[in-house]
Amino acid sequence: MVKSTSKDAQDLFRSLRSAYSATPTNLKIIDLYVVFAVFTALIQVAYMAMVGSFPFNSFLSGVLSCVGTAVLAVCLRIQVNKENKEFKDLAPERAFADFVLCNLVLHLVIINFLG
Amino acid sequence: MMAGSGLRFLVLILVVAICGAASVFQPISDSHRSAAVDVFVPVDGSYKSLEEAYEALKTLELLGIDKKSDLSSATCENVVKVLGSSSSTLKDAFYALSVNGILKCKTGEAVLKDIVSQLQAGVKGAKSLLDFYYSVRGLVLVKEQFSGTDLSLGDAEAIFRSIKTLSQTDGRWRYSSNNAESSTFAAGLAFETLAGVISLAPSEIDQSLIQTLKTGIQKLFDSIQKYDDGTFYFDEKSVDATQGPISTTASVIRGLTSFAASESSELNLPGDKIVGLAKFLLGVGIPGDAKDFFNQIDALACLEDNRFSVPLILSLPSTVISLTKKEPLKVKVSTVLGSKAPALSVKLAQALSSRSKDSSVINSQELKFDADSATYFLDSFPKNFDVGKYTFVFEIMLDDSANEKVYITEAQTKVPIAATGVISIENAEIAVLDSDIGSVESQKKLDLTKDGAVSLLANHLQKLRLSFQLTTPLGHVFKPHQAFFKLKHESQVEHIFLVKTSAKKSELVLDFLGLVEKLYYLSGKYEIQLTIGDSSMENSLLSNIGHIELDLPERPEKAPRPPVQSTEPYSRYGPKAEISHIFRIPEKLPAKQLSLVFLGLIVLPFIGFLIGLMRLGVNIKSFPSSAGSAIPALLFHGGIAAVLLLYVLFWWKLDLFTTLKGVSLLGVFLLFVGHRTLSQLAAASNKLKSA
Repeated sequence: MVKSTSKDAQDLFRSLRSAYSATPTNLKIIDLYVVFAVFTALIQVAYMAMVGSFPFNSFLSGVLSCVGTAVLAVCLRIQVNKENKEFKDLAPERAFADFVLCNLVLHLVIINFLG
Repeated sequence: MMAGSGLRFLVLILVVAICGAASVFQPISDSHRSAAVDVFVPVDGSYKSLEEAYEALKTLELLGIDKKSDLSSATCENVVKVLGSSSSTLKDAFYALSVNGILKCKTGEAVLKDIVSQLQAGVKGAKSLLDFYYSVRGLVLVKEQFSGTDLSLGDAEAIFRSIKTLSQTDGRWRYSSNNAESSTFAAGLAFETLAGVISLAPSEIDQSLIQTLKTGIQKLFDSIQKYDDGTFYFDEKSVDATQGPISTTASVIRGLTSFAASESSELNLPGDKIVGLAKFLLGVGIPGDAKDFFNQIDALACLEDNRFSVPLILSLPSTVISLTKKEPLKVKVSTVLGSKAPALSVKLAQALSSRSKDSSVINSQELKFDADSATYFLDSFPKNFDVGKYTFVFEIMLDDSANEKVYITEAQTKVPIAATGVISIENAEIAVLDSDIGSVESQKKLDLTKDGAVSLLANHLQKLRLSFQLTTPLGHVFKPHQAFFKLKHESQVEHIFLVKTSAKKSELVLDFLGLVEKLYYLSGKYEIQLTIGDSSMENSLLSNIGHIELDLPERPEKAPRPPVQSTEPYSRYGPKAEISHIFRIPEKLPAKQLSLVFLGLIVLPFIGFLIGLMRLGVNIKSFPSSAGSAIPALLFHGGIAAVLLLYVLFWWKLDLFTTLKGVSLLGVFLLFVGHRTLSQLAAASNKLKSA
């Protein structure tokens, strides 16, 4: 029984990998960016767990910067993905411009809150 | 040089209304001289620099203190060394010559020639005002000290013009042509330098140049500043100037004096401002700083003996008139350094009482002159001259005789005078009254001139009344500044009450019913003390009247306790308990190494991101190549980088408002550029799709 479960897991993992490799490169770039942002947030949380949350506003602004930019990247991915029927009429350049603008506003607020 | 002005026939009353506070200015006196010895005579007999030596020796000379024998040896050595060396600067040579003028050290002929050639070279190659000042004034000093030396300044007019270029329209001068900042102190230096040029010039300088200089001087006087007591002074405009008001004023006065001395024609300066400048310098008192002391005395010496106008100061050795002693009021008129004034008469125009400011008690009384002590005095006062505070208004009239110098004074000098006398105390009595009826239970007459042994009894339902009458020598009711009634308990607890003076008498009523809580419910024996005092009262008194036995009810629970009295009577003036402030304990910060390790760890995901990008085969091949498309694209990326840089600056230095301004500007720019780029990209991809 255990063997089959692990074999199932391996099969699942392999099929996931092969399906993923079919995604277009620009979407993979965005996924990589999201992973990078999330990892940065995790490291910050680990640091805070170790040393305490003294300048709490700095911690919040750092974590929210990463989380916010990850969220915006996910939105970009949704809008740029050609398989998404809802955003068929939206030009990917427009989505990218929105992404840049929202990031700039987010980072202005983050820097202000950083202290 | 004086021939141009000739002998003058004077009655110069420069009518100047100086409104403002009354104050007395004293001319330079012996206290200045003794302070000068402390400030200017160095302990080991030598000075740190020639500039210091010159300032000290000049001040001592002007004050008439002779210390030359002690100080001359070391200083003269220094002087001879500097004058003999060919590598000394113009400034050192100038101060060496100045000190030589006072100490008259022995220098050789060869030294003289070298110095003259060095100074003349300095004049030719001068680039700034200070270069001109040191070289020209140095040549003037050489001419004064060594007679028979041939000093020609060459083209004096050209030198005059080149110095004149540094002047500005507001009357101030610049230090050099490159430096745009103007200074009033530099104006004084410029006047001295130009005076030196005029005196050394082989022929007459063009009068139009001198006229423009005089106009500049008038402009400078427009920028003079003043205080409310009628003193005028010069100060620099900029806040961080190196020269303060004393040195700036002294520099201008020195410059004006030397310019007036070198020039044959008249220099008309506003007389009220000259008197105001003299009062400002005298009002400094005894300066603590050596430089201020030198500047004060040097400027006053220039005012004492100059060709435009010599101010005279009216001062009073004592501003108190005692009606009992019947001594005369003495007034002295002298120059600023304390020398004799010319023949003049002093009149007391008005004596305004502080009580009735309109009418004057004394009108137009001329003061008598005592030639032995050179003072003017007023020995008779009218019958209605009562004790109190007055403002005496003095006027000085210079006699019609021919004076060589132009003297000026204030039109009216206002001096605050206090008249004191013996105040008589009558009908002093103390009584205990029954509060509801007001009838007197016990009443005692008092003699406040000596301590009494009155003994009274009262309970909390009764009142205590103290009354007396104070009258001036002329019979008016007198209201003293201080009339305190003190009750002191056996346990040293004290209470002080004020005795109020009405139009008829002075009275204090203490209602013990209302005061029970203030007295801390302490029954027992209280000592009574009365203090009456005033600045016009010659017989102020503090009298122990006696004691009063007070019977007060028991203290309730909630009533305040009397404060603990320490045995030492002056302990309340001792140091108080130290306050230990509690500050917020700073938060514990993590170790530096730990923070640095995490800084490194944070960078890791970014590196991972870059590695991942490389593995995906990311390239920028579709970056537009043609110029028309490349520029907006580059600007777009540049704009984003600029915004991020602005954010970094915001975190580091700027505030939100400047950042928002910058962001809005960059944002608008980015909008245009980004739209351009992205629409070109979209068009390109559309073309590919349709193709």
